[in-house]
Amino acid sequence: MVALIPVLPLLSFLIIGLNYKRINKNLTSWLACGTVFLSFVLSFMAFMQVKSSGVNIEIQLFEWIATQKFSVGFSFLIDPLSALMLLIVTGVSFLIHVYSIGYMSHDEGFNRFFSYMNLFVFSMLILVLGSNYLMMFIGWEGVGLCSYLLIGFWFKNTDYNNAAKKAFIMNRIGDLGFLLGMFLIYVTFGSLDFKTVFSLAASYPVGSTVLVSATLLLFIGAIGKSAQIPLFTWLPDAMAGPTPVSALIHAATMVTAGVYMIARSQAIYVLAPFTMNVIAIVGIVTALVAATIAIYQNDIKKVLAYSTVSQLGYMFVGLGVGAFTGAMFHLTTHAFFKALLFLAAGSVIHALGGEQDIRKMGGLRKYLPITFMVFLIATIAISGIPPFSGFFSKDEILVHAFAQNKLIWALGFFTSLLTAFYMFRLLFLTFNRTFRGTSEQQHHLHESPKVMTIPLIILAILSLIGGIIGIPEIMGGHHALQQFLNPVFNSTGETLELSHSTEWILIASTVAGAFIMIIFAWVRFYKKNIIPAPDTTPRSAIVQLFIKKWYVDEIYNVLITKPIYWLSGFFHKVLDVKIIDGMVNGFGNLAVWTGGKVRYMQTGNIGFYLSAMVLAVVAILMFMMI
Amino acid sequence: MPINNYIVLSSLLFVIGLVGVLVKRNALVVFMSIELMLNSVNLLFAAFSVYHNNASGQIMVIFIMVVAAAEVAAGLAILVLTYRTNHSIDINLLNTLKH
Repeated sequence: MVALIPVLPLLSFLIIGLNYKRINKNLTSWLACGTVFLSFVLSFMAFMQVKSSGVNIEIQLFEWIATQKFSVGFSFLIDPLSALMLLIVTGVSFLIHVYSIGYMSHDEGFNRFFSYMNLFVFSMLILVLGSNYLMMFIGWEGVGLCSYLLIGFWFKNTDYNNAAKKAFIMNRIGDLGFLLGMFLIYVTFGSLDFKTVFSLAASYPVGSTVLVSATLLLFIGAIGKSAQIPLFTWLPDAMAGPTPVSALIHAATMVTAGVYMIARSQAIYVLAPFTMNVIAIVGIVTALVAATIAIYQNDIKKVLAYSTVSQLGYMFVGLGVGAFTGAMFHLTTHAFFKALLFLAAGSVIHALGGEQDIRKMGGLRKYLPITFMVFLIATIAISGIPPFSGFFSKDEILVHAFAQNKLIWALGFFTSLLTAFYMFRLLFLTFNRTFRGTSEQQHHLHESPKVMTIPLIILAILSLIGGIIGIPEIMGGHHALQQFLNPVFNSTGETLELSHSTEWILIASTVAGAFIMIIFAWVRFYKKNIIPAPDTTPRSAIVQLFIKKWYVDEIYNVLITKPIYWLSGFFHKVLDVKIIDGMVNGFGNLAVWTGGKVRYMQTGNIGFYLSAMVLAVVAILMFMMI
Repeated sequence: MPINNYIVLSSLLFVIGLVGVLVKRNALVVFMSIELMLNSVNLLFAAFSVYHNNASGQIMVIFIMVVAAAEVAAGLAILVLTYRTNHSIDINLLNTLKH
């Protein structure tokens, strides 16, 4: 039964992928969405079984690699952590698949799109279900491949292809870290199986070099996959893909794989405090940097992309300060509201016929009432206003950060203010005041079909109430998620040593801050009706820094891309042209040159030939006689 | 007669033929000189055949005569053609392949 969860999307991928020219759109839709829905149902059953019995489900399909020293089974593990991920992945995937039927309906690559999407779901499920690092790595690479295929889905556009390549290459850098970490784990523990590794690791002293190195290497993998500094620039470019792809892969599921991987390896991470500090620092810096960039972005999807990077940074802060439950909680709620934001943005783009610049939107509230409502809900959720889901999860991370390190909390608090500001800026610019596009666009404005709005509404409900799984104790809840995940994270004991009054003050200040920023955004973008200036307007240095995305791409260009191009050019001009070509052409030239010299002997004068012959014979005879 | 006389005579004939080949420009004379060289060799073969009391030398002579006859037939045919095109049988005119 459990094995069917990933196999169903794979089957659908094979059927659609192999017959994509014959099969019609209707059948594709049913097949793709139906299999994912069945997976969701099975996942839900597995989830309930794990929840009620408290026993993990472990199955081994077959022995994959079996040698004397090294054995890896093709095996799945469902414990509370992977059960939670299963629900998120299959549930959100199903909704996005349904949405895609409407969004992609006019695209000629409809079948191709759904086959890739199903392959992605399969890979993601392998990643989540794998019971050892190698299985996880297969899924890890699989989702990377699907991400590449789907970013470059409209492959006739060179920019999109470049974005796909960029995403793939940056992920490779991270994957190398993951691979090396895996090797180190195997060399140290002689196994890649989660259970074996974690139980063996427990006997190592806290902070031992090998554990710190292994965790750091794995974290590099997470940096690449989850778009953290310094490898985050691929994610905004990945918005080249169709919007449902951005929602599914680059917001809800794939990019959270890094968070999942670290949460999964929690047993070894808690033994490496140095790595935990690194994670917290990388996370908070990413959250802050991405938020500052998001403020000045004018592309609706780019704003959401930087927001995703920023929220992922939050999750890493949660992991870094030891709030593993908090990180998983934020992952869950983020999957809901960020997928919703992207899908709603997709609905806007769909209505405007491909326009993504928020300066040319405005006033869409009238034309797209449902989209506006769900966008508003998701925006409130991500801004951290109670009782929406984002409030609880973000708050949990911030409270833990406060207990651990005040500076991290301060930066996180500031980031949450920026989040509220840029999200409401986006909301006001997109939906309020008057429409700023062309009159032809205005004429065509329409609310999306039901197949698109119903998934939006479901996600909106989840964003609204998703917080109930983790209501903190001071609010009279009992944090169901923490209790559920406790068997996985038991050794940490994520108890807070904060007094209730401190916690209340923290919560109140975050919420108050968010409200102030919302009012600020309202005054600026609604009341004063300020439209962001065109790209060419001169700005002060600091604003320019934000607009130019901290010049990270430019730095990479100078430090890595240019030297590589230079080196390639050097090898081309010197090694290839001069040495290799020179050698080959040299032999040719030598033959031509020798021929040119020797041809002077062919005078055509028969007397000369005869004399030469006679002299030669005489010479040979003399030589033989001597 | 001592064998040395034969050797000297045929050597003389050979050298005369050789010089003829080298210095003459008339193709017909060159041919005759070549025949002279071949026949000087024939003479030597015959002389040694008698000297060693062995018949194979004389068989060689017959062979050479046959080859020489064939060669002359072909050669003269070429000469006729050359004369038809060039109205001359000067061998130094036969250098058109060079160009």
